[in-house]
Formats: sequence, C-alpha cells, structure tokens
Amino acid sequence: MMNRILTPLLLIAAFAATACAGSMTGGPVTDTLDRVQPNVVKIYGAGGPRGLEPYQSGVLLSAEGHILTAFSYVLDTDYITVTLLDGRKFEAKLLGADPRIEVAVLKIDAADLPHFELNDAVEVDPGTRVLAVSNLFGVAAGNEPASVQHGVVSVKTRLAARRGAFETIYRGPVYVLDVATNNPGAAGGALVTRRGELVGLLGKELRNSLNNTWLNYALPIDQLRESVEAIRAGRFLTERQQQPQNKPDRSLRLDLLGIVLVPDVLQRTPAYVDQVRAASPAAEAGIRPDDLVLLLGERLIRSCHALREELEYVDFEDRVRLTVLRGRDLLEMALQYTAENE
Amino acid sequence: MRRNLPMYYRSLRHPEGIAALCGLLLMLASAPAVSSSEVDPAVLDAEAARIAVMDKAKDAVLAVFARSGQGGGSGVVISPDGYALTNFHVAKPCGNAMKCGMADGQLYDAVIVGLDPTGDVALIKLFGRDDFPAAEIGDSDQLEVGDWCFAMGNPFLLATDFQPTVTYGIVSGTHRYQYPSGTLLEYADCIQTDASINPGNSGGPLFDAQGRLIGINGRASFEKRGRVNVGIAYAISINQIKNFLGYLRSGRIVDHATLGATVAADEDGRVVVSEVLRQSDAYRRGLRYDDEIVSFGGRRIATPNAFKNVLGIYPKEWRVPLSFRRDGTRYDVAVRLRGLHGEQELIDKAAGGRRISPMPIPKPGDKPKEEEPKPGEKRGPKPHEIPVPVPIPGGDHPKIAKPKPKTPMPEIVKKHFQQKRGYSNYYYNKLNRSRVYDAWIAQGNLEGLAASWKFGGKLPSGGDYRFELRDDAADLKLPSIEYPWTAGDDLADSLDPPQSGGLLPALYLWRRLAVTGPESFGEVYYLGTVALARQDIARQDVWADVLVGLHKGAECRFFFDPADGRLLAMEMFPEDDVDPCELLFTEEREVDGRRMPGRIEARIGDDLYGVFEIEEYTFGDTKRENQE
Repeated sequence: MMNRILTPLLLIAAFAATACAGSMTGGPVTDTLDRVQPNVVKIYGAGGPRGLEPYQSGVLLSAEGHILTAFSYVLDTDYITVTLLDGRKFEAKLLGADPRIEVAVLKIDAADLPHFELNDAVEVDPGTRVLAVSNLFGVAAGNEPASVQHGVVSVKTRLAARRGAFETIYRGPVYVLDVATNNPGAAGGALVTRRGELVGLLGKELRNSLNNTWLNYALPIDQLRESVEAIRAGRFLTERQQQPQNKPDRSLRLDLLGIVLVPDVLQRTPAYVDQVRAASPAAEAGIRPDDLVLLLGERLIRSCHALREELEYVDFEDRVRLTVLRGRDLLEMALQYTAENE
Repeated sequence: MRRNLPMYYRSLRHPEGIAALCGLLLMLASAPAVSSSEVDPAVLDAEAARIAVMDKAKDAVLAVFARSGQGGGSGVVISPDGYALTNFHVAKPCGNAMKCGMADGQLYDAVIVGLDPTGDVALIKLFGRDDFPAAEIGDSDQLEVGDWCFAMGNPFLLATDFQPTVTYGIVSGTHRYQYPSGTLLEYADCIQTDASINPGNSGGPLFDAQGRLIGINGRASFEKRGRVNVGIAYAISINQIKNFLGYLRSGRIVDHATLGATVAADEDGRVVVSEVLRQSDAYRRGLRYDDEIVSFGGRRIATPNAFKNVLGIYPKEWRVPLSFRRDGTRYDVAVRLRGLHGEQELIDKAAGGRRISPMPIPKPGDKPKEEEPKPGEKRGPKPHEIPVPVPIPGGDHPKIAKPKPKTPMPEIVKKHFQQKRGYSNYYYNKLNRSRVYDAWIAQGNLEGLAASWKFGGKLPSGGDYRFELRDDAADLKLPSIEYPWTAGDDLADSLDPPQSGGLLPALYLWRRLAVTGPESFGEVYYLGTVALARQDIARQDVWADVLVGLHKGAECRFFFDPADGRLLAMEMFPEDDVDPCELLFTEEREVDGRRMPGRIEARIGDDLYGVFEIEEYTFGDTKRENQE
C-alpha cells in the first residue's frame, strides 16, 4: 500500500531532479553560439505588399551551400542574395520549395561551409530552454552575427485547423515558443537548444485573424525533413533537372484546359487564375478564379510564363495534377483534356 | 520524503477514498510543480544570488519626472554626490529641473548638467544627499552575446512607489548600429537585448548579471504592435558614455564627431572613402578619395556599419587612430574628429524640434516613416520611431512643447543653474573650469607670476636659445637670429618662428592663462576629459581635463592631469582648419618655489619643430617692470 504513494512521489522527485540539473542554471552559451552562428545566414530578396521587409534568415544544410528557409514573399524574385557570418555575399538560386510546409531550399555556389546536419536535429519537450538565432529586423549586416533571443518551448501542437483562424497553409505540428520570434526577418532562423542542437526552423509572422494575436512558433525539423529530402532528390524544383527532353507533338495548353490566367504584365506574374471556361476540364476539376497555381505535378510554378512552359512538356491527352492555393487552403486537382471538350 | 497525507489513513477504509487518493497522486505525478525541498540546490542558489544582485542594483535606479509631475522615464545614479545618467529624450521634455524617485521611496530634486542630443544621453545632478547609492560601472566591451542581463526602470510609469520594474533577458547582439532620426538619437555600437524594454524604461540602466552598469536603455524596434516591446531593444553602451562623461560634466550641449570623410562598401566588400573634406584633419593627414579603411579607433573595419560604430562613440575634437591603404601601402595616422553639427544647428537640435518630442501612441497598423539613405550609404533597415515615455492610462498626454512650468524651479536647483547660449547648464562649466584652473595654479604655486617670463638653455645642435614672454609680446633669441613677436589683433597674422605653426603665440598664450586667469584671458571654458594617448586611443590610457581658451582669433586647448592638476600639453589653433602648434610640457622642476616644465616639445602637423631643454628660468620683477 505504501508503494502506491511512495512510487509516484519518488517519480516526482526524480523528474524534478533531472529537469533541474544543468539546463536550468543556464551557464554561458558562448561556445554554443560559436558553433551555431556560422550556420545562420542573412537572406535579402523582394519586399512584400504594404511595405513588408525584404529580408529574412536561413540555415545552412550542406557544405556546398544548400540553405533552408521559409517559403515567403522574400523569395519572390530572381535576385536573392545571401550573406554569411564571415560577410561573404552570394547570389542565391531558389532550388525548390514545398508550398504545403512553406519551406524552401536555396542554393549558393560555395564549398566547405559550416552547416547543420538535419539528421542530427532533436525533438524537445515543453519547458526546454531554447535560443532563437535570426536576423530579425535586419539588425545585422555584412559580417555582423545574427541576433540571439532566449526562451522556452511552450508546447508542441497543431496549428488551428479551423479555416481562416491562422493565416497559414501549413496546419501541422509546430513548437509554440515563449520567445518573441514573430518579427520581420526572423523567418527561416534557427531554433536550437542551449547546447546547439537544431530543433526547428523559425516560422513566418503568423496572425490569428479572429483575435488579432500573433504566434511565436517554429516548424519542428522532423516535419521538414521529408520535404527537404524531396527537394534535394529533384521534386518541387523550379527548374528541370535534365535538359529539355523532346516536347510532345501536341502539348497541353491553358486554353485546352479552360484556364485563363491574369495578364502577364510583371517580370514574373504569379500564376493566378482569372477565368475558368464553363464545362472545361478545369471547371470540372473544380478550379476557380483567384486560385493560385503552385505546383504542376511536382514542378514548382513561380509564374504564368513558367506554367505555360511546363505545359509544353505534357502531352495533350495526359492527366495533370495541379496544386492550387485558394485563400489559405492548398488543393490538389486532377485535370484531363478529352476531345469531347472541344 | 514522507508526505503528510491524512487522506491515506482514511482511504484504507473507504474505497472511494482510495480512488480519490490515486487520482490525487496521478495529478501530482503528472504535474511538474514540486515543493522547494525537491529543487536542485544549484537552482535555489542561483535564484538567491540573482535576487541579491537585483536588490542592491535597484537602489541606484531613478524614476525621472518633469517637476510638474508629468511624463517620465528612468535614470541611474553613478556617483554618491548625485550625478546620474538618463536619455536626452527623457531629460529634455522635463526642462532644466526634474524630480527623481528612488527605491527608498523619496523624491529628489535634480538639475540638468550636460546634454548629448546625438547620442541620446543626459547627465543630471540630484540634490539632498552626499551618499546616494550609486551603480557600479561595468565594461561593455567585455559583454558576449548570450550573457544574462537585466533592465530596471519605470516602464508604463507603473512605479508609483518608485520601486523600479525589473525585466530580465540576454544580450542578443553587441556593437549594433541603429540609424538616427535625422542626425539625433543615433545608437552606434549599442547593446541589443531581449530583456523587455518599453516606453518608460528610457534612460534607465541595463545591468550585467553581477549588477554592473553596462548600458542605458533607450530604443527598441517596433512594428505591427506599436510601442510595445517585441523582443528587441537597444542600450547605449557604458563605454561610449565613459568617453562623453567629462564632456557632459562640462554643462555643455555636446556634439558627436565626423571624420570629415564618408565611407561606403565597394563591390568587393572593402570599405573605401567616398568623400573627404579638404578642410578636415583627415585630409591633412593624407586621407583621399577611394582609400581603403583598414582600421579605425583600434578596430578592424570590415563594413560601413563598423566604421559608423567607431565614429559614434567619440566626442568631437578627440584624436583617434586611423589606418588606411592606398595602392598597397598602409598609412597609420591619428585624426582629429570634427563636430557633426554647426554651433547654432546643435543648439536648435538640443532645443528639441517636434520630432523628438513625446508623441501620441500610434494606432496599430501605423508604419514608421521611411527615410532616404544618404548618398554613399548602403540602404539600411528602416529607422524606427523613437520610443517615448507613455503616460499612465487616463493621465494627461505629455505636451508637445516644453511643459509650462506651473511649479516654480526649486531653490536648490536655481542655485545650481545658469543659463548661457550653447550650454545646457553654464553653472557646471564654471565649476569645473575653476576646479581645473585652480588645481593647476595651486599645484604649481603659480600665483602672482605677472611679470615677464624668461627661460632658456642649450640647443641640441649646440648654442643657446632664450624665450621671453610678456603681456603683449614674446620673443625667441637663437644663436644666429632673433624672432621678436607682438600680439596683434589677430594672432594668425604672425606665426613666428617660421615653420613652427605659431610657437611664440602659443607660449605667449600659455603665460597669459597663468597670469590673467580664466575670467580675463578671453573666453575660457571647460571642454571635458579627453584621452590623450595618440596612437593608442582605444586603450584610453591617459586622460586629461581640457580647458579651451579663445583670444584674438586663436583657440587654445590646455590639457591638465586630472590627478594632480599639472599642465601636460597645449594646442594652439591660429584659425580654423589648420594644424595647431602643439606643445608638450614634461620634466617638471621647481623654480623659486614654483613648478615649471623642464622640457618643452613643439610639434606642427606631423613634424617635430624642436625640443627645448630648459636650464634656467628668470621671472621679472613685477614692480620694476611696471615702473619701466
């Protein structure tokens, strides 16, 4: 009978003791930061609507210069530059992005770079003390190190699934943080333990539109790994891996599918659907005006021009999968042109 | 480990009791809350140490108010006689007199001493005690990112009992640069922290984990949530303030510095000169367009921000080491920094345009105004609005202009305040001017040396030399030539001996200061303290108290040893934008009960004019000379 009381009490004590040892006294993190700071980069690209800042953060994944970051408006340009901790500037290419998780991989042309190993990332419990390393507010320039903030992981939970609550496509598990990370420029920064182990990727500025509160969160690495591997394996890329194969004699066109895109007037106009012809393959599949085409199959579509070009490689009778963004929802639809549609 | 659970005994007899007990234990097992007896002693020790440090630190913290009781910010006492630091943007709206609440619950009167509008610092003086608790001054260059730190002050004016609010965080970045608003409130080389700094914290201290003062809080980055902290704020480093402290004590409105040249990053990432002013000392020391800046102020310069960081921590007129490269050759020089503002411009800025006055709380969605980057400057992040004190909800908004003083200036403050153009408080300038001058005269026993001064010795090349200094003339006799010199209306007219830059007028002015005193010399004011070491300013080894004297168009700077009052050196500028004649006074000895230099080294620009070893002094007979 005594055991019934003592055992839980002993468990409590043991838990308390292990939780208290080491991490709560919080000694200097200089050594940790010496190892982590070189892996964090400053990214500069496009400004967003309403004066949103044209910069954010990223983490190096490989010695050759693969960089993991948030898939955001900052990357919506052909001129992305990356500055390393040592001050070197590189032009970066958007290698690919997974719009479902809202992460992107950039590539710079470099060698022997310090970097995180994604496979060494850890999962942590609520209450774990963490450091967020990012270039929030673009404070650091050139060879100045990114800013460091401290706090704890509050909980690991799913972003509210209720439609429209959080202005995000990704609804999966996130670490909610007690660190003031939801600031311009922080997205793509590194969330690490005080020992320097990678925990997550700092999220974008995210608002709950129902109560106008902003969420501090990070994407757990275990949620990103698959996407990153997919991108490095050739999926969700912006460009064809192999040289152009032979185009089919008759390829698919937007008018065959019944899609009219918005006028292609910008240098890179996002592929918004303007009109859908009645009784067309697109109408049958459920495409609607204002949908933004993000993926054609596994090809990341960055512009009207890119969509038209990609369709040239598809035989007119093949089925195509389009992934579109409608409001905050990602929808995947299959379209098929048949002669009867004419 | 045994817990007292009376329910246990009852539960033995009642099954529902057992269920309840298990439920309770399950709850306890899943809840991480534990009693203090089960917490690692190291944690409790750390907490106790933290509490002790903060308990001591709070005593020096001020809640600063205008004497009408409105508005407010924070401050910190730095010496037991009551000198305290705050932000310029906190002190200015208060006017010349303010009230400061301390943790002992008392409200003390304070007067403005010095203002630094560009750097956003103000020095004030509290009255009522000679044993104010003072903060221990730290060393901000020792800080590392990740170090714990804490801020104390009066955010949101919550401290109605003057017990400061404490917020705790880490150093997020060091040597950060924050763009000014116009030319004011530039935070160069500042400390970035995620300790919560909010409106009302301005002017208050940032302490390190040992409770040493490392910075003065004053700015934060705000965005979509308006003026509330979002995890990123900035403090002026205490090491910058140390450079300015003497200047602030002088009761003047002090100015920051410019090199007389602007820099920018070229495509290869090197920091190169994009413009250089012909009249500047930098130009005279050889700096030209397109030269690469290698190091400045002892720091390697890799970015324009790093350059701005160094420039921002020095007052004007300091000499700072500069290394630059041209065509593969490296040049190491010491450059005199020019002022950033013209005299009237600085007075106007200090008077506080609307721009730096308290403003109403912006509505959510308001964005700070975008500022155009200056030519040559890389486009930086948007300058964010200046944080200003926020009144307690329901209270009056601080007025835009200076507060109309319904309360008269307290007597004690009136006694310690004197208005004069260009000064924030002329009283303290006179105070320090007398202190420095009187110490010099006292240590050298130089009282009553009104007659002519004759001194001479042997030249290194052999042959004798002899100087004679009088009330309106000076001359130098060399073996083969004699240079008589008379003090005309503009001393720049004759800078004899040739190539010396004005050695005779300089020596003449040296005697004049000793003989006529600071009231009659011409205009004499206390400048502040300056680091004297030339090539090694970064180590700030040797400091001097400086008096500036103006007479007949010439401006002199006299450098005194703060410890014993000795005159160490002087510089005589016959006009603007030229190299001064520099004199170094060493090897003091006693002459008729006076202490005079035994060696005078004269320099002009980069050249040594001459070294005079003095073997003999003769002071004329005043009575006899007056009769002549």
